[in-house]
Amino acid sequence: MADPDILIRARGLTKRFGDFVAVDGINFELSRGEVFGFLGPNGAGKSSTMRMIGCVSPRSGGELTILGLDPARNGPAIRARLGVVPQEDTLDVELTVRENLLIYGRYFGLKREVIRERTAVLLDFVQLTERANDEVEPLSGGMKRRLTIARSLISEPEILLLDEPTTGLDPQARHVVWDRLYRLKQQGVTLVLTTHYMDEAEQLCDRLVVMDRGKIAAEGSPRELIETYSTPEVLELRFALDEQEQAADKLADIAAERVEVLADRILLYTANGDATLDAVRARGLEPVTSLVRRSTLEDVFLRLTGRRLED
Amino acid sequence: MAHSMAVRQFRFWLTNYRRTWQGTIYSSVLNPVLYLGAMGLGLGTLVDKHGTSSLGGVSYIAFLAPGLLAATAMQTAMGESTYPVYGSVKWLKTYQAAIASPLRPTDLFHGHLLWTTLRLAMNSAVFLVVMAAFGAIRSAWAVVCLPAAVLAGLAFATPIEAYAMTCKKETSFAMLFRFGIIPLFLFSGTFFPVTQLPVYVRPLAYITPLWHGVALCRSLSLGTAQLGDSAIHIGYLVAVTALGIYAGNRAYRRRLYA
Repeated sequence: MADPDILIRARGLTKRFGDFVAVDGINFELSRGEVFGFLGPNGAGKSSTMRMIGCVSPRSGGELTILGLDPARNGPAIRARLGVVPQEDTLDVELTVRENLLIYGRYFGLKREVIRERTAVLLDFVQLTERANDEVEPLSGGMKRRLTIARSLISEPEILLLDEPTTGLDPQARHVVWDRLYRLKQQGVTLVLTTHYMDEAEQLCDRLVVMDRGKIAAEGSPRELIETYSTPEVLELRFALDEQEQAADKLADIAAERVEVLADRILLYTANGDATLDAVRARGLEPVTSLVRRSTLEDVFLRLTGRRLED
Repeated sequence: MAHSMAVRQFRFWLTNYRRTWQGTIYSSVLNPVLYLGAMGLGLGTLVDKHGTSSLGGVSYIAFLAPGLLAATAMQTAMGESTYPVYGSVKWLKTYQAAIASPLRPTDLFHGHLLWTTLRLAMNSAVFLVVMAAFGAIRSAWAVVCLPAAVLAGLAFATPIEAYAMTCKKETSFAMLFRFGIIPLFLFSGTFFPVTQLPVYVRPLAYITPLWHGVALCRSLSLGTAQLGDSAIHIGYLVAVTALGIYAGNRAYRRRLYA
């Protein structure tokens, strides 16, 4: 391998299930120490990609190198150096919090004393020390997620894979998970995550690819993507339901870079939202509500695919 | 390396067993006591009155006990190879968690087979002790019944486990039990010699692994084992087990490496 800091390299990576192409010839590289994200809606091929990186799903085509090794031949050796937080919790709910870490540490061939030491540190890290000897079943969704993160770290992995780490959690639990992931990032752990939450991608990712229908639509840092594919500001207008269509017609040629007409609102992409709002009013249109905000990855996605992320 | 990876999964089942062992001890002792009491002593008294030449001239309990030993191994194999395996991939998804570690699907399968082997040995050992207590053993060769029963159990455990990994619904197991395990239990020479069956049905009994297990255990327990027959029984059971291992490796890989 030429560059030892390139931890994962994919060229034309493809996954087929029968006739269905889940991942359609994607290219990407992951460098040591970065947080890399796959952003896209459900069914975009993110999880299939993650499973191929996790060496539990053989690729149908293309090249994939992880830590300099080929997953088709060196699966166990690669997996020994990965940590995985799957989309669905796969904890053993009949065992205790501590036993889950013990069993998992044993899967990696770690000695009991090593596991015991790491368990203490990790449970403290995910704020579950007091629940160490409780069964997993009654824990809340957020606690189970944090335990899954602790479990994935028991082997001190070089790369941590997180598939939709906060899907299904309430906002407060999400923020706790984000906070822990942010700390891992600060510690220099290389993270790969998939998400369909743009705020998650914006907060955590150094670099991300936007995935749609098995392909990579764009790549860059959140800021680069927004600068390339959107405008600094967005003016969101809501009209009375029966007036929206008419308003959209009148706004078609307004001085905005782009106009998106959604089911419930109209988005005007512009450098200066307030000036654009004045221009709207000058045309005799009075929206029920108006909002000037900064562009987000959601706007990037809408621009690239014509669809919203969380539909 | 491969060997130690299967052992890692075996350890998981041991840890898991710590919370359920009391219940299993209870049933592995009670089951032979009840069967040998009711069928061996109770029904046996009636059978013995009519003469036991068709049983080879031994008491009914001495005839029945080694057959039940093999049949119990089959039941243990069925229990260990269905819901625990299915649940690991379908309900708890602990198998999906395990394959994210260095373990491969094959290691999970072999780890569970090691565990099943231990459970078969435990239950068969308890059964043999109860047999001895009932005075149902006729030969010191009965000691060899232990590995024989374990082998008979594995001839069921391996293909059933392969099947369990392909199942999408747990109702499949009820069907397997109803139309597979129960008829075998009743008609494989456990309770009466297969020679009592109509001539055209007998070949069916001879191709079932249970009949070979029953015949092997019985000949050992009664001290009538012949080298040639025993070799055929053992060879047959080993062959079925080997096929089961092949099918299981495949089924595990297909289910977990999608």
